[in-house]
Amino acid sequence: MSTADGDAPLLSVEGLSKTYVSRPGFVARMAGTPDTRVQAVSDVSLQIGRGEILGLIGESGCGKSTLGRTILRLHEPTTGRVTFDGTDVTALDPAAMKAMRRRMQIIFQDPYASLNPRRTVGDIIGLPLRLHRLATSEAELRDRVTEIVERVGLKARAVDLYPHQFSGGQRQRIGIARALVSHPEFIVCDEPVSALDVSIQAQIVQLLLDLKRDMGLTYLFISHDISVIGYMADRVAVMYLGEIVEQGPVERVLSDPRHPYTQSLMSAVPEVHPQGPHKRGRVRLTGDLPSPLNPPSGCKFHTRCPLAIDACRKVTPATEGVGPGHSAACHRLSERLSLLDPDDAPAAP
Amino acid sequence: MTDTAASQPLLSVSGLRTVFETRAGSVFAVDGVDVNVRRGECLGVVGESGSGKSVTFSSVMGLIKPPGRIAAGEIIFDGRDLRALSPAEMRMVRGGEIAMTLQDALTALNPALTVGAQIAEMIEAHDPGLPRSEPARRRAIRTRAVEMLGLVGIPSPDERLRQYPHEFSGGMRQRIMIAIALASRPRLLIADEPTTALDVTIQAQVLELITELRTELGMSVVLITHDLGVVAEHCDRVMVMYAGQVVEEGPTAEVIADPRHPYTKGLLGSIPRIELRGQKIQPIEGQVPELIDLPPQCRFYSRCALAGADCLKPIEMRRVGPDRQARCIRTRKEVGA
Repeated sequence: MSTADGDAPLLSVEGLSKTYVSRPGFVARMAGTPDTRVQAVSDVSLQIGRGEILGLIGESGCGKSTLGRTILRLHEPTTGRVTFDGTDVTALDPAAMKAMRRRMQIIFQDPYASLNPRRTVGDIIGLPLRLHRLATSEAELRDRVTEIVERVGLKARAVDLYPHQFSGGQRQRIGIARALVSHPEFIVCDEPVSALDVSIQAQIVQLLLDLKRDMGLTYLFISHDISVIGYMADRVAVMYLGEIVEQGPVERVLSDPRHPYTQSLMSAVPEVHPQGPHKRGRVRLTGDLPSPLNPPSGCKFHTRCPLAIDACRKVTPATEGVGPGHSAACHRLSERLSLLDPDDAPAAP
Repeated sequence: MTDTAASQPLLSVSGLRTVFETRAGSVFAVDGVDVNVRRGECLGVVGESGSGKSVTFSSVMGLIKPPGRIAAGEIIFDGRDLRALSPAEMRMVRGGEIAMTLQDALTALNPALTVGAQIAEMIEAHDPGLPRSEPARRRAIRTRAVEMLGLVGIPSPDERLRQYPHEFSGGMRQRIMIAIALASRPRLLIADEPTTALDVTIQAQVLELITELRTELGMSVVLITHDLGVVAEHCDRVMVMYAGQVVEEGPTAEVIADPRHPYTKGLLGSIPRIELRGQKIQPIEGQVPELIDLPPQCRFYSRCALAGADCLKPIEMRRVGPDRQARCIRTRKEVGA
């Protein structure tokens, strides 16, 4: 299950970065205005074992969606390497990349914007089969589409309807069917439940877990919701301003978060049962996420970190191991400081 | 309850029905809703999209426009019948004694006016105590505007008054909207999904701000949200809405510890938590019914595991505790009404 058991990981990302460059207009350029650079993802390394769910958590603008899309080469990486099942994906030519896409798919956040309103559900879901020539006849295509439509919990007659005839939760099921119809091995789930109501969200979470088990899938599950990640994922990576600040097995990271950002993220989540085991003190971060156009020097979290010292403003902290499969990037790791003061904790239930 | 004014609820809505006429038929977005907001309390209103939570409070604010209309019901605010007020009188209440903040701060704020101008407008419209002479009046308004921005925790408010909404981050815009709402010193703040568009660390800041200001200014707050966690941490009482009706109401801690309506129970059970790893969560199957031509029966019938033949009739709210009500005939331990 995990990458620790010696098996080669299904997906391996090494030093991946993505920088967007925006050129100013002609006049401004002549006047000497330089290009604007946004490093959306900087030097990210992670591995996902076959059959594993890696949760990627972070706030809006931290680069988690960009990371997911860069792994699939929906955006071209600036530097770094992505290896999928032994193949260097970043080195593939367009034809080989297209073939690889059959095995690597994505489910999008917005079930309203990610489906073509002018196509029937059958056309939308059948498109990957056509692109990859996976069906030998129209009849086979229709059979395979119908099969996956029923597998994701929709009625077979859905194939003749249009996206607007479905609710948000049903549309997300259509998006899932489209991603799965080509029998991929790896799926980037980009906030697939964030736009849904609570009761519908639970249906989709359960569906994704059932499908993963039955079809032997591997997920990179991107979310800003720590509860969903805590429930679903095997391992978790925490992202802040383009960098992974902490990574490890979910139980370890959520019970013993070592990076001050992970700690504050966890304490900020409003909980229905405030006596939950990972609810300790309350950390109140001040300030907003800094602009990625002009990221802070040193540790990027220092502008909001209550534990920041001089070194944090100057030197970028290296990623260090803090336990089995658990690593974090913080100058003060060895001091074992916690913002979640256990003294404030309510008595254990 | 005694008859003294202080023990009366600040806002009391009874039998509210808000209808939208559509080509397909009449949509009863709010159908027989009662709400009581007590003085100084924070009432959480929870429900999924289409449950009628925003329409209920838009009705209170007099913001329902055709093809929508209030078909029935009484809205009493501090002893006054809001539905009987003239448009001019209602305008003084709205944004004055009752203020509302909306979910999406970017669309709610005017992009063409500075933040300072938008706060000033509110102070000018609702503060009768402003000085008469123009320069003094302007100075007073400016001082109040700076004070309001400072109150909601915006750094260097003096300079930021001159900026436009797009120059602020999402969390800051939400704070500005709260500042505008509070500029008239309202007695009731209706916050409609104030933090849904925000990140958790910013959400925590905004919710704590609302809670602090409530204590400081002694106002009542209605917090409309779909997040039971937000309610659990910030609201004294909670009202759960489903398909245009209130299905359960009571003190937050009691409702969460022992939900009496199967929908509330289902909502609580739908929340994934790390402690539930490896166990199946129990989603509520199916979806919210269309609100057109609803049969006269329990609205949760089609999704309810407890449903039986006796649920196929209109179900009334019933008392299930000293301060609790639920709209379910299967609920345990009924207390005499």
